[in-house]
Amino acid sequence: MTKTGAFPVLEIKGLDKFRGKTQVLHGIDLCVNAGERLALLGHNGAGKSTLIKAVLGLIQAEGGSIQICGARPGSAAARADTAFLPEAVSFHPALTGQEQLTMFDRLMGAGGDVSALLQRVGLGDAMQRRIDTYSKGMRQRLGLAQVLLGRPKLALLDEPTSGLDPISRQDLYAIIDELAAKGTAVLIASHALTEVEARTDRIAILRQGVKVADDTLDNLSRKAGLPVKLRLQTTGPDADQIARDTGGRRINGASVEIICAPQDKMAELRRIASMGDTVLDIDMQPPRLEDLYRYYSTQEEQG
Amino acid sequence: MRILAIYRAEMLILRRNLWIVMATLIMLAFALALSFAGSAPTGTLGVDMLTVSVASMTTLSVYLAPLLALMMGFDAISGDRDRGSLALLLSYPAGRAEILSGKFLAHLTALSIAMIIGFGAAGACAAWFGGAGTESLIALARLVLTSILLGAVFLMLGYCLSALAGSTTAAAGLSAGLWLVFVVLYDLALLGAVVMDSEGIFTQQLFPWVMVANPADAFRLWNIAASESVALTSGMAGAAASLPAWAAPLSLLLWPVLGFALARTAFQRLEP
Repeated sequence: MTKTGAFPVLEIKGLDKFRGKTQVLHGIDLCVNAGERLALLGHNGAGKSTLIKAVLGLIQAEGGSIQICGARPGSAAARADTAFLPEAVSFHPALTGQEQLTMFDRLMGAGGDVSALLQRVGLGDAMQRRIDTYSKGMRQRLGLAQVLLGRPKLALLDEPTSGLDPISRQDLYAIIDELAAKGTAVLIASHALTEVEARTDRIAILRQGVKVADDTLDNLSRKAGLPVKLRLQTTGPDADQIARDTGGRRINGASVEIICAPQDKMAELRRIASMGDTVLDIDMQPPRLEDLYRYYSTQEEQG
Repeated sequence: MRILAIYRAEMLILRRNLWIVMATLIMLAFALALSFAGSAPTGTLGVDMLTVSVASMTTLSVYLAPLLALMMGFDAISGDRDRGSLALLLSYPAGRAEILSGKFLAHLTALSIAMIIGFGAAGACAAWFGGAGTESLIALARLVLTSILLGAVFLMLGYCLSALAGSTTAAAGLSAGLWLVFVVLYDLALLGAVVMDSEGIFTQQLFPWVMVANPADAFRLWNIAASESVALTSGMAGAAASLPAWAAPLSLLLWPVLGFALARTAFQRLEP
C-alpha cells in the first residue's frame, strides 16, 4: 500500500551484475517509496545481498542504474541518507555498546542522543558493557540502533530478525514501523516469511538474480491463483457422503478438506451452507506467503 | 572530524586490549637490558655511555619497531571484514582514506608512547650512570623519531597486507613473512651479493643505494651516519660514508607516503 504523494527514495533500473562470467543479477527494476516497507525475498544466493551491496555502492554493477534520492550509490549524499544493517553483524569485542554507537554517531555527524537510542532498542542496561559479553540478539539490537541514527531516508536491513527471539522480533518490527511512519523507505531482505507477511506493504521475490514478483500480497495471491483450502467439520456419519458430494477428501474421522480455486470459493461456500446441520464448522485457509513464495520462486522462467 | 571518530574508537580499543601497556613494557624491557649489557666497551672507545646505549638500541629498534607495527596493523582491515562490520563501516560517510588515517593515527600514537617511554627511560638510565653529552642526547632524540617513522612504514605495509589477505589468519602470516624479508633476508641477500661480487661494480656503486632503499636499513644508516661516535661503535661507518647525507632520511620519509598509497590502493579495491 503506497501512501499518497510518496516519492521514490530508491530507484533501481535494469541492474546487471556479473561475478566472473556468471550473471548474478539480471536487469533488476525496483523502486521503494518514502514510508514504504518492501520485503525482498529469495533463497540463499538469489542475489539479495548482492543487490543491497550494489545499493550501498560497495560493489559496482555492470549495467543499469541506481539512484538514492537522486544520488549515485556510494556518493557522500547517498551514504548520508542510507542506513544499513548487515546480516549477523558483529562489532569490535573490546568496545562497549555505547562507545561503538558513539563512533557511528560521530561518523554520521548526527549528534544524536546515543543513550536514548540504546534505551529504545532495549540495551539500556547493557550499554556500558563490552560487546563481547553481548548475546547474538543484543548485537543485532545494537546494529538496529545504528540504523536509527540520523533519520535515514533509506534503510536496508539484511535478515534483521536472524538470531532474535519472538519478543525481540515484535520489538524490531515495531521500530521498523516507526521508521516507515517517519518517512523512511525500508527494504527488508528476509527468509522469515510469516513475519514479513503482516509487516510489509509490498513484496518482491528474487530467483537466481531475476525479479519474479513485485506487488502487494493480495495482488500476488490473485495473480498466482493459488487454491483456497476449506476444512469442514461434520457430525461424523455423513463425512464420506459430503466428501463425495463436494469432491473433497476425508481426513481424520469427521473432517473433510476441499481445495478450490479462488474464484469458485463463494459458490463452494454457498453449496456447503445449503447442506444443513451435518456441517458443524468451517475453516478457511487462504494461500499463505509461503505458498506464494514457493509458487513464484520455483516456477519456470516467465516469458 | 570523521578521522577523529575512528581515531577515538581505535584508541579505546588499544587501551582496552592493553596494547599500549604491552608495547611500552616490551620496549622498556629490551631497551633497558640492551643499554646495560652494551655498556662494557665504554672505556675503550672513549665515548659516553648514552652513545653506546643508542647504538645498541638502534640495532634493537630495527627488529622491534617493524614487529610491533605489524602486530598492531595486520588485523586493521581484515579483522573488521571477518566480523562483518567492514561493509557497515563503509556504508557510513567516512571515505576509505579517512578510515585508514584514523586507524593509522591511533596506532602511531600507541607506538610513539612505547618508543618515547622505552628509549627515554633506557637513555635516562645510561645518562645517569655513564654520562651524556649534547651529541648523545640528540642521537637519542633522533633514535626515537626515526623509530616512530620506521613504525609508520610498517603500519602502512601491515594495512596493505590486511586489505589484500582473505582473512585475519592469512594477514598474520603475510605480515610475519614481510617482517622476515625486510629485516632479515634483505640484508642476508645483500651480504651474499657483496661476497660474490667481491669489490666489483655492485659493491662499489650499487650496493649502498640498494641498501638504503630498504626502510629498515635506511633507519640504521640515518642513525649511524648522523652521529660519528654511534657509527664508531656500530662499525657501519663504511656503508654510511659512501652515500650522500640525504639518502637515508629521504628513504625513510618517503616510505610512509608510499606505504599509505599502497594501503589505500589495496583497500580501495577490496569488496567487503
